[in-house]
Parts: sequence; structure tokens; C-alpha cells
Amino acid sequence: MLTINLAVNGQPVSGEVEARTLLVDFLREQLRLTGTHVGCDTSQCGACVVMIDGKSVKACTMLAAMADGAEVTTIEGLANGAELHPMQQAFMDHHGLQCGFCTPGMVMSGLDMVNRHGNDLDDATVRRELNGNICRCTGYQNIVKAIRTGAKAMEE
Amino acid sequence: MYEFSYHRPASVAEAAALITRAVDGKFVAGGQTLLPTMKHRLASPSDMIDLGGIAELEGIVVNGNIVTIGAMTAHADVAASTEVREAIPALAALAGNIGDPAVRNRGTLGGSIANNDPAADYPAAVIALGATVRTNQREIAGEDFFTGMFETALEEDELIVAVDFPRPEAAAYMKFENPASRYAIVGVFVARTAPGPRVAVTGATACAHRAHRLEEALQGACNAAALDDFRAPVERMNADIHASAEYRAHLVKVMAQRAVAACV
Ligand SMILES: Cc1cc2nc3c(=O)[nH]c(=O)nc-3n(C[C@H](O)[C@H](O)[C@H](O)COP(=O)(O)OP(=O)(O)OC[C@H]3O[C@@H](n4cnc5c(N)ncnc54)[C@H](O)[C@@H]3O)c2cc1C
Ligand code: FES
Ligand code: FES
Repeated sequence: MLTINLAVNGQPVSGEVEARTLLVDFLREQLRLTGTHVGCDTSQCGACVVMIDGKSVKACTMLAAMADGAEVTTIEGLANGAELHPMQQAFMDHHGLQCGFCTPGMVMSGLDMVNRHGNDLDDATVRRELNGNICRCTGYQNIVKAIRTGAKAMEE
Repeated sequence: MYEFSYHRPASVAEAAALITRAVDGKFVAGGQTLLPTMKHRLASPSDMIDLGGIAELEGIVVNGNIVTIGAMTAHADVAASTEVREAIPALAALAGNIGDPAVRNRGTLGGSIANNDPAADYPAAVIALGATVRTNQREIAGEDFFTGMFETALEEDELIVAVDFPRPEAAAYMKFENPASRYAIVGVFVARTAPGPRVAVTGATACAHRAHRLEEALQGACNAAALDDFRAPVERMNADIHASAEYRAHLVKVMAQRAVAACV
């Protein structure tokens, strides 16, 4: 077993993991942060996207051991108590989800877009940037709308 | 995935010592190919030597006409680098079109070329730009590096340290991408260099290769019309659920023409 020390959603966390433990399993099974989903486990769907040191990463394609010393942000780290993060609120306002399974990854990828492209996102950018996030329900229209609105709202 | 011993060395020398000692050791860069492969149990190394803690493997340096990119430099960092965008914009654009943002944040230059997927993008750039792959043991010409499907000139325990890309006069990369993975169904990289045009094709055959016939066709006039009569050899083309051999042969010409047209 390996001991890892990291920060998850601003809180220092340490854990005992097998070398082969995936980051997503550490988050879900040990920390019980089940907001990060596993849609495919084959690096395609983006349901497991979290932020590592401010960059989007597929948590199913990273070892927990590789996150030793890192700062991890999951979907649980976004809301401020009962007040949703502007990106989450935009998904609610625009009905950017149906079953909700892809939503945590969509929201995290939306935040990553804002980090790299700023608050004024056009449709083409959002669609291109969503290459690695699959939604089997919505048809993406409202996800794109939600991310654009959420990005804008984050400016305020 | 089977269990293994995990190591995180801080230097190339330490990584080299660890892999020599391991029964069946493997380097791991971003894990973007290796971890999925291990989940399928197509690989089950005894030891994983994580290169993520080795600062000397990361970063981009421009020295005169040579752009040196460390093996552990992520695709996203190459895509965003002002130095690369200025010196070899086609290389920055190639990196920015690999997979998706999360894959680009973890996937690396070294991992991509060591893996040598027949549909990978970077190998085409390494060959067409006449790059040199530097390892912890020697230098390998880009053209000699890719030897077959998932096969390279690397020895068992050899570690890629960096790749030196000479700045071309102009270059362009065009790929017809798989809409799901963004891997190249066919990709063509064209570079104008002082001795003449250099062309590499990926996705079409067992692995990326230098396309001498395309180069010859472009010797006189380096424009798209010069390839109007070009025919890629169907019998050498890959065929799978994504594209037949005939279709790939057709795509080689179309992508080459688009790349030549964009290479200004
Ligand atoms: C969903 C998805 C989409 C993708 N789309 C594309 C695409 O459109 N185009 C494309 O080209 N690629 C694509 N890829 C692959 C991606 O580019 C990865 O970067 C690449 O597969 C290598 O991953 P990595 O750098 O994390 O290396 P790893 O997976 O960690 O390692 C890959 C192999 O390289 C070896 N290795 C790693 N570093 C070194 C080194 N320095 N020296 C020696 N050996 C080394 C490892 O031992 C292993 O055998 C995609 C991947 C995914 C998951
Ligand atoms: S669960 Fe990680 S990409 Fe699908
Ligand atoms: S809302 Fe169901 S998968 Fe996207």
C-alpha cells in the first residue's frame, strides 16, 4: 500500500491506496465523493473529469498515486453551501441535463474552458472543447447554452 | 488492472536505474494510453516508473533554428506555447487537435511517439520536420525512429528525453479525423525546407512514414495541383471499420493536397 497526501476541494486528505487504485476510485470509494462519475472507464466519455492543479483530467485515466501532492477539485467543491456555482446554476436554468450522469464532467470541462478561453465563449469553441464529454440524453444544445451562460455569469 | 510497484523518480538517472532493476518495468508518462491498456490486461508491468516527477524532461526551449520539446511536455502546453506557435505553428496546431482537452492535459510528446500508434499525430511531424529524438543513450533520426505498428527503434529500457525540431520554412498538417477519438484516419504533414519539401503520412499504413513519392511529385512545383495525378498504393493501406483501404488511399491524396495548399 502507498500513502498519498493531497488536497481535495481545499481540504487536506491522506489515504492508503494500492498502486493500481485509480484516482476516480479513490475519490468515490474512499472519500465517498460520488459526484465524479464513471461512464465508460475507457477514457472516452468525460463523466469523470476533475481539476488537478487547475487543469481538467479524466480521473479514470490517472492513478491515485499520481495525484500525491496535488490539488484536486471535484464537482462537490464548487457550490458555496446552498448557493450553486454560476456554472452549476446555468445548467439548472438552461435545463442542461436530463439524467444528469454526464453533468459533473460537463461542468468541470466548462470551467476548464473558462480558464483557457475566458468568459466570452462562442458556440463553436464550446462544441469543439466538448470533444471529450459524451452525453447520451440531451443532444448537447442546452449544455452548450448552459456553458456559455455560466462562463459569462462567472465574470460577475 | 493487475497490481504493480509504483515509483516516482526525480531524475533521468534514477529512472534508468529503476527500470534496469525491475523484472518487467514500464515508464509511464501521462498514462493516457498505458493505463487503458493495463485495464484491458494487455499490459501488466511489474513496476511502473512514473516520469511525472522529473523536471528535466519537461519544457520547451528555442535555440536558433531548433525547437526542443521535453518528452514529458503535455500536448496542451505545446499547443499553447508562444515559442512553438511562432517557430512551427503547424506543430502547435497538431498538438492542439489531439484527442480532447483532458487528454491533452495529461498526454505527452514522449508517450505518443514511444507508443507509435498507427493513427497518432506526432509521428508525422517528427518525420516530416526531420526531427531528432534524444534518449538517455543516443540520438535517433526521426525518420528511423518509427519501425512498425507500435514498434520503435527504442531499446527495452531506453528513455526519450526530448525531441529537437528544426524550424521549417513553412509547414502544415491536415488530418481526416476519427470523429470519436480524433485519431487520424489519415494525416499528412508537409514541411517546406531548404533542400526541398518533406512529407510524412500517418494513419494510412502500419505506422507513420516518410512519403518519398509525394515528395518527388512536389519537387517541381510545391502546390496542390502537382498532386492531381497522384495515387497512393491501395495494397499498403490499413483497412478497418473506420475506413477501407481504397478510401484511405483516396484520403492520402486529399489530405496531402490540403496540407500543401495550407503550407505557405
Ligand atoms: C480519448 C483519447 C483520444 C486520443 N486521441 C488522440 C489523437 O487524436 N491523436 C493522437 O495522436 N493521440 C491521441 N490519443 C493518445 C494521446 O496522444 C496520448 O498522449 C498518447 O497515447 C501517449 O500517452 P501518454 O503520453 O500519457 O503516455 P503513456 O500512456 O504514459 O505511455 C505510452 C507508452 O510510452 C512509453 N513512454 C512514455 N514516455 C516515455 C519516454 N519518455 N521514454 C520512453 N518511453 C516512454 C510508456 O512506457 C508506454 O509504453 C488519445 C488518447 C485518448 C485516451
Ligand atoms: S469514465 Fe473516465 S472518461 Fe469515461
Ligand atoms: S444528461 Fe444523461 S448523459 Fe447527459
